[in-house]
Amino acid sequence: MAKRLFLERRTYRRNRLQDAARLLPVLGIVLIFAPIFIRDSDAVTGGGPATGLSQWLVYYFVIWIGLIGITALVSRALVRSSPDAGATTPEDPPAGKGAR
Amino acid sequence: MLSFNGLVAVCILYVICLFGVAFLAEKRAAEGKARWLNSPITYTLSLSIYTTAWTFYGAVGSAARTGLEFLTIYLGPTLVFLGWFWVLRKMVRIGRAQRITSIADMISSRYGKSGGLAALVTVLAVLGTTPYIALQLQSVTLSFSVFASPAPFGFSDTDITAVWVAGGLALFTIVFGTRSLDLNERHPGLVSAIAVEAIVKLFAILAVGVFVVWGVANGPSDMLDRIQASPVSQVEWNGARWLGLTALAAAAILCLPRMFQVLVVENADESHLATAGWAFPLYLLLISLFVVPIAVIGLELPSAGDNPDLFVLTVPLSLGQDGLALLVFLGGFSAATSMVIVAALALSTMLSNHIIMPLWLRATRLDDPMSGDMRRVALTARRLSIAGILFLGLAYYRLSGGADALAEIGLIAFLGVAQVLPALVGGILWRGATRTGAALGIGAGFAIWAWLLLLPNVAETGGLIFGMIENGPFGIRWLSPATPLGLQATDPLLTAMILSLGVNTLLFILGSLVTFPSPLERLQGAQFVNVYEHSRPLYGWQAAAGTADDLLIMAQRIMGTNRAGRLFQSAAVRQGRAGDMPEPTPDFLERLERELAGSVGAATAHAMVTQITGGATVSVRELLAVADETAQIMEYSSQLEAKSTELAQTAARLREANAKLTELSVQKDAFLSQISHELRTPMTSIRSFSEILMQADPVDDAARTRFSRIIHDESLRLTRLLDDLLDLSVLENGKVTLHEDAVDLGEVIDRAVYAAGAQEEGGRLRIVRDREAEDVALWTDADRLAQVFINLISNAQKYCDATRPELTITVHTLPGRVEVEFADNGTGIPPRQQALIFEKFARADTAKGAPGAGLGLAISREIMARLGGGLVFLPAATGTRFRVRLPAGALRAA
Repeated sequence: MAKRLFLERRTYRRNRLQDAARLLPVLGIVLIFAPIFIRDSDAVTGGGPATGLSQWLVYYFVIWIGLIGITALVSRALVRSSPDAGATTPEDPPAGKGAR
Repeated sequence: MLSFNGLVAVCILYVICLFGVAFLAEKRAAEGKARWLNSPITYTLSLSIYTTAWTFYGAVGSAARTGLEFLTIYLGPTLVFLGWFWVLRKMVRIGRAQRITSIADMISSRYGKSGGLAALVTVLAVLGTTPYIALQLQSVTLSFSVFASPAPFGFSDTDITAVWVAGGLALFTIVFGTRSLDLNERHPGLVSAIAVEAIVKLFAILAVGVFVVWGVANGPSDMLDRIQASPVSQVEWNGARWLGLTALAAAAILCLPRMFQVLVVENADESHLATAGWAFPLYLLLISLFVVPIAVIGLELPSAGDNPDLFVLTVPLSLGQDGLALLVFLGGFSAATSMVIVAALALSTMLSNHIIMPLWLRATRLDDPMSGDMRRVALTARRLSIAGILFLGLAYYRLSGGADALAEIGLIAFLGVAQVLPALVGGILWRGATRTGAALGIGAGFAIWAWLLLLPNVAETGGLIFGMIENGPFGIRWLSPATPLGLQATDPLLTAMILSLGVNTLLFILGSLVTFPSPLERLQGAQFVNVYEHSRPLYGWQAAAGTADDLLIMAQRIMGTNRAGRLFQSAAVRQGRAGDMPEPTPDFLERLERELAGSVGAATAHAMVTQITGGATVSVRELLAVADETAQIMEYSSQLEAKSTELAQTAARLREANAKLTELSVQKDAFLSQISHELRTPMTSIRSFSEILMQADPVDDAARTRFSRIIHDESLRLTRLLDDLLDLSVLENGKVTLHEDAVDLGEVIDRAVYAAGAQEEGGRLRIVRDREAEDVALWTDADRLAQVFINLISNAQKYCDATRPELTITVHTLPGRVEVEFADNGTGIPPRQQALIFEKFARADTAKGAPGAGLGLAISREIMARLGGGLVFLPAATGTRFRVRLPAGALRAA
């Protein structure tokens, strides 16, 4: 019984990792496109000290490297958690295997 | 500053190095030793062909003109790669499972192997790529001209440079791209050369960046200040363009034929994607890290010239860093060449598979695309395509004359190939997508793109301004590319993007919703969308050792242990690995496949081998081929089975006939001795008595009368024997004349009993009859029928060996026929001889002592056949039993 619980937990972790992998581009989209709106509102206020190009440049490289880092971590974890080559694919939900 | 000739020498040296790397890689891969070739790093580096010379030089120019906008070209692909688990992994898996050779093949396979759709995508790809190749040639010649201002030859050096570069690239691509039609269309030599080029260009741009930040400026913080102060900072940030270009770049990396080639077709191992998912964005980040600093410094330096597109080259050059500039030149050269090589390879595969080969097959009416001859044709088609594509690029470049309009073509080409996106992504995520929808969407998007962007650009590039473009066809202004739908668009690219992709997606979805897909299309749709259920991932070289074992097991099952063992041993010896398992090299696999094909058929063998080595699922077409083969084999084996049954039956019949013949021969010998005895006995007495009569001293009258009677009787006996023989011969030849009349069966039996002498005084045989049953009227030849009955009765007289012989004659009147049975109470006929009793001269062993020639039953049977009835022997436990069958006709006529 304890072993079964252990396996379930692993499958659960793997599925959450896959969720994270799928959500990564969403995080990327938010981070990459957010400045469009912020910068536009900057232009509206006009008078205040606008955020300069160099700051945005730094911002982009920082989020870029951050996204790369997170992806590297998630990808590694995914590869490590995936069952050995050929047995089952990470995509297969455990319940779906019997159906085929 | 380097001389033109020196530069050419460096270039040639560099190209020779690339050839060497490619050659070495091919060699190592053929030996199965090139582990580094299958590393995720090589895979990631090969993806770098995304950054072409256009981005290598142009990114700095773009930064100088539009600030951060150049980042979109890198951020789009970054987003796609961050989500590699979502779309890219699926594409790679499908590409592997379906053995996809190009983006056109992918689309056509998904939509039921549609040839038309593949051709459409191919045309789209060629149109989108040709100007791009021209762009690469332009950037190389431009960078050449920066180095060597005075032309060494009489004519324009830029032209001749472009020709040489194009020719060299064609040669390289042909040599390493079309060596053979591989099992899986992978090109290790080419990929390794590209990986080297990727390192060169990354190193070059990083070197310039480091030089600029730490050599010209005083470190990062000073650099940031300078950026803030430079005119680059003043550029208006266009949010719509930021969004649009990022999306466009993201779409392009999925749809560009060359990206598809390295991403999917050349992928050796699915797990490489997990590395590329973060490593490729990292590569893009590094490539773009110093773009803005270089642009800012370039703008600061008056000596860097006024073309920001060449700042990467002119900044180090103007600061006296010749070595650095040379490195940059090689980086740009690498970027241009690697892109052209892969693009030409990908396009040539598409052109040859989807346009040239179908036309060729239609023209020559060959229907076996796997024959050796067709492979040669395919290779030739590819080589010609590569040359043709490079020639097209060159022609486009020469036509445009290196106009600035070429620079815009990069994004225009992106949008062109992005028309495939709805059909591609829809195809792998949505089972409801249909061929009609895909064709409508791609066709419409393609048309809008060509009309709104390509045509005006070509016209502008060629220096031609059609009134049509300005005012619309036939003066219809809302159709004019300049003002589509009457919109005064500020950004033609974004307008065209929204229009073409919007209409494309809309038609794709609507077309798919209202049409019904063909069965093959639905099947392929399920295979694509649910690819993870139908295939397993391939884990490159870790799986290779296992593969050889699997192959051996499979081969043993089919060819037998000894033959498979010998085959594997000889392959291992040939690979220089005696005593070990052979590596599954293409050569070995081909040989194994051929051997297996001898046992199970070519299609089955191919499917089995690729199932093990490629992780591919079996496609429908292969399945059909396998089914065909199986059906043929089954039909053949059932034919064999039928034949062997037939043979067995014939053999049994022959054995039977042979046994009968042997028995007959024995019987005949017995008969001959019998008949000669039968003939000689009367002849002897006739001769001796006639001799006595001829003697001089005559015997008395009484003796003479006695002798004459003996002679007479014996003559009669001879005549009877000869009559019997004649009678039988006549009956057998069917020349007998029947005298049919109305008769009573009882009377005929009476006659027969009387004639046989069975009721005479001293007759041993008792005859049991049923007179009432015998009262049947017949229409037949009474004499002949009586002859048969006489024969049967006299047989009983002669052969019945019971102490009180008894013959029972019973008559059965059945519907349509009458049967008369003659049964005695003797020991009967031995089973061995039952089959022979009706043969001529046959005499049962029990009848040895009795007189007779053995013709009676044969004659009787012939008579009954003539009368339309039959005479059969009935096997019985005791006694001999014959049945005379009289036909229906005889009864009816009465």
